[in-house]
Amino acid sequence: MLQEEEVTHLVLFYENRLKDHHLVIPAVLQGLHALSLCEVLAPGLAVSVLKAIFQEVHVQSLPQLDRHTVYSIITNFMHTREEELKGLGADFTFGFIQVMDGEKDPRNLLVAFQIVCDLILKDYVLGPFVEELFEVTSCYFPIDFTPPPNDPHCIQREDLIVSLRAVLASTPQFAEFLLPLLIEKMDSEMQSAKLDSLQTLGACCTIYGQKELQEFLPSLWSSLRREVFQTASEKVEAEALAALHGLSACLSRSVLSSDTEDLLDSFLSSILQDCRHHLCEPDMKLVWPSAKLLQAAAGASFRAGHRITSSVVPLLLEQYNQHPQSSQRRTILEMLLGFLEVQQKWGHEDEEESALLCSRAPLCSVLFSALTDPSVQLQLVGIRALTVLGTLPGLLAPPDVQLVVDHLTRLVLHADDSQSCVAAMEAAGSLAPIYPGAFSGRMVQRLAEELQSEREEEGRRSMQSLRARCLQALAAVSTHPGIVHETIPVLLQCLRQVPKGNVPARACDVVAVCQSLQQVAVQCQRDTESCWYYHQTVVPCLLAVTVQAAMQENAHSPLGKLLLEEEVLSAMVPVVSAASAHLCPELAAQSVSQLVPLFLDGEVSFLPQDSFPCPFQPFQGGQHVAAQRRLVALLMAFVCSLPRNVLIPQQDRLLQELLALSCSCDCPFTATAAAKCFAGLVNKYPAGQQLDQLLETAVSRMEAGLAEGPLRSQALALLLWVTKGLVLRYHPLSSRLTDKLLGLLGDAELGPAVADGFSLLMADSPDVLHKGCHADVRIMFRQRFFTDSVPKLVQGFHAAGPGVKANYLKGLSHVLNHLPRPVLVTELPTLLSLLLEALSCPDHVVQLSTLSCLQPLLLEAPHVMSLHVDTLVTKFLGLTSSPAMAIRIAALQCVHALTSLPVPVVLPYKPRVIRALAKPLDDMKRLVRKEAVVARGEW
Amino acid sequence: MVGPAPGGGSPLENANPLIYRRSGERPVTAREEDDELPDSIDDREIFDLIRSINDPEHPLTLEELNVVEQVRVKVNDAESTVVVEFTPTIPHCSMATLIGLSIKVKLIRSLPERFKVDVHITPGTHASEHAVNKQLADKERVAAALENSHLLEVVNQCLSARS
Repeated sequence: MLQEEEVTHLVLFYENRLKDHHLVIPAVLQGLHALSLCEVLAPGLAVSVLKAIFQEVHVQSLPQLDRHTVYSIITNFMHTREEELKGLGADFTFGFIQVMDGEKDPRNLLVAFQIVCDLILKDYVLGPFVEELFEVTSCYFPIDFTPPPNDPHCIQREDLIVSLRAVLASTPQFAEFLLPLLIEKMDSEMQSAKLDSLQTLGACCTIYGQKELQEFLPSLWSSLRREVFQTASEKVEAEALAALHGLSACLSRSVLSSDTEDLLDSFLSSILQDCRHHLCEPDMKLVWPSAKLLQAAAGASFRAGHRITSSVVPLLLEQYNQHPQSSQRRTILEMLLGFLEVQQKWGHEDEEESALLCSRAPLCSVLFSALTDPSVQLQLVGIRALTVLGTLPGLLAPPDVQLVVDHLTRLVLHADDSQSCVAAMEAAGSLAPIYPGAFSGRMVQRLAEELQSEREEEGRRSMQSLRARCLQALAAVSTHPGIVHETIPVLLQCLRQVPKGNVPARACDVVAVCQSLQQVAVQCQRDTESCWYYHQTVVPCLLAVTVQAAMQENAHSPLGKLLLEEEVLSAMVPVVSAASAHLCPELAAQSVSQLVPLFLDGEVSFLPQDSFPCPFQPFQGGQHVAAQRRLVALLMAFVCSLPRNVLIPQQDRLLQELLALSCSCDCPFTATAAAKCFAGLVNKYPAGQQLDQLLETAVSRMEAGLAEGPLRSQALALLLWVTKGLVLRYHPLSSRLTDKLLGLLGDAELGPAVADGFSLLMADSPDVLHKGCHADVRIMFRQRFFTDSVPKLVQGFHAAGPGVKANYLKGLSHVLNHLPRPVLVTELPTLLSLLLEALSCPDHVVQLSTLSCLQPLLLEAPHVMSLHVDTLVTKFLGLTSSPAMAIRIAALQCVHALTSLPVPVVLPYKPRVIRALAKPLDDMKRLVRKEAVVARGEW
Repeated sequence: MVGPAPGGGSPLENANPLIYRRSGERPVTAREEDDELPDSIDDREIFDLIRSINDPEHPLTLEELNVVEQVRVKVNDAESTVVVEFTPTIPHCSMATLIGLSIKVKLIRSLPERFKVDVHITPGTHASEHAVNKQLADKERVAAALENSHLLEVVNQCLSARS
């Protein structure tokens, strides 16, 4: 370490050497750079070093590296000796200006811009040199720099732009110079200059005040207006609007003194004056730009919003009434909607002053007239506007609210167009939490009546659709706990009516009820209380009706059977699952202690009905248990969705029963449900000896089942699901099971099913073993599975006999299809030859999934694909005449994607492809022709 | 008010044109998804091909400017003929030939070779209607125009999908 005196001595030596021959200067600067990092530099030396450099060295005649050293010295001193340098006053600024004047290298500029930024932000004295400092930096604006193709320094144009913008927008002192420059660049032809100026203007607005802007407002406004009115690029338009927003916000922020005029007011007046009259011509091109300008300005502050809305909204309302055509009305209403949304942003500040208050009545009447208009588009906009209006406080008087609810109910029930019906439901959903009373009183009641009433005269079909709409609407409106308490009994009532048979029931009716119930469950999940209410009401009811149906099966009642159909039970699964997944642990424990005994011991006491004809024993052997066993699906939905910390009573007994059931049951639905349930529980089972024992039993049963006999496919299902459960949690046994699956690919009987099973392993399953039901899912399990299994798949493929090769290809394409694209691109070279082989495989599934695999690869990794372009072109063109439409479409999309390969690669094929694509242009399917047109146009 | 085009370029002939709403994407019907049934080429399909062509001087499509309309497209799949009438926005529009050429090129590229494509101006909507029609109907002149690389570039620009 150097002592203070030594440092002083060295510094003086180096300073003197600066006066020496120019050849030594680089070495001297490096020495000074090292010294500038010394902590023991005596006070005053920093100043003297800088003075010496400013005086003796002509920096811009040095090479780039040495200039960089100078900047580094200055930066170092600015970090450590701020006070001393400030003592230099404006001389320091001036010295630096001279140093940086004429700098050209982007690397140095980045440092220099940073220094200027620090100069300004840390309050160094700029003195009379403000304009010089501005000149020396602004001469680079707008940045026009393209990095050389093999640039090792990785400086992007964007970096320079951002750092220069930071300098220019760092102080209001630059305003008088900068604003004219920006206006000039905005008026230029260059797209990039326009963008940069607009963005810089936006940045400036955050620090400028009225004083700086005042002089330039008219010309700024005319430039911005021109950009929006005559723009060719959406990007410029968006930036211009953002800049206007910034300007308006900046003007609103400044504090008014009593004697100056309110600039915001006059600025907004000029905007209004220029834009208002365009709003009256809803067919012309300038309508929308004007509306966007006004909305951008209005969105900046409460005051601006108030001023503009109070002027524009009455005008628009008047225009609406003057233009009877629905397309014009729609344009006007869409603009109105925009202004309402702006108001929504500021709506919470002050109810009393809302600009809309005085035009409330005409506004409501306009919106209601839109809702009754025959034009669907107009209805849609009306509904959206009404939704926004409803969320603004104090704008809907109670009678209006009732009217809104009635209108929405009418649209839900009787709108001819499904779009407006859906929109009305959404609107009801978002307004219901604000006006729960009105919705539960009027809408829910009306819908319930509609569901109960039976009108034969209207014909079955319309009644079916009406019923479906009622169910959907009930679900949509259940967004408030109070309403949930009213809608759930109605929905459950619908479900209970089915077995009683007063409606000729079909499976899809029950499924529709279940879908509505599920939607309500999802909406309830956030609120613990309504979640518990939901769970307590819905789950026992579902179990009760299904259990009863299962017991009546021996009486051969067709309606009871309906509830046990696969489709219906599968629809109930997500309901139960959604109702259980978000329970808090105590409540879940309470509920699990009722449900598990129900299945294991037939404990039916907690179900709302009490007369069951026979005991419920799904796991016992018996004569009529086949139907009861199907309900294992509901058990699965419940126990597999519970949080991991909920203890399941008698879990081991339950697991054994499930294992036995899944291997022995001859009904595939039941067996699969049991296998899924087993896998779901195993996935959450804490690691340890017990788990290993359990898995050993399971594996030995599977092996026995797979060996031979009538239940091989059940054993395979169990194997697949258990493998999935273990792969997800990275259990060591999973690789053994995967190997077993790979071995089965060569099996003549089970091979195809195993190949399809690979998609099951990789995909997210909808009902069990996913994040939503708290399963143990490690990140990147797909990648891991891929790296483990694909080499073996490839090996197996090469070793396999001709009959089963397709199974391996199918398995491989399933794995690849579910893999994230970035991983795929890196793994591609090894697999490409196999994929090309897969294209010639006659199996349609393989072809389709290979094509869908190759298409994104063509777009993302053109260089790798270019090597095989000859094969690709031939294969793709061959597949465009495949008998399956989906393959023809996919092949044409691939041909289209080929155009993203480098031009020299594809150019030789151009005539051939264009000639070959003439044929699919005359394809018999329109969807194929559409793709062919796109592909051929691109070639 | 609307000023002239920026930077001293020639002023737009029609700076604030009427614009029309775009029709939505054609919904895919169940019939179209059926592998077995053939779909014939109809007016809407041809219209879908040409409606997204860009106007040479506005950032708008021909559909938005109402230059092409579905009712003015006639197709006969069995006889392999297509007739398209287009309406320039103003009677003295100098871009009419270019628009017609763009439509023609797009159709030639997108239709099977068996089709005969006829593109002409809606009667009574353009000052030099006859001359333009004659140019568009002349095979040799269309072919010659497409040899011109500058013209081809302009046409391709009109046909390129909007970014």
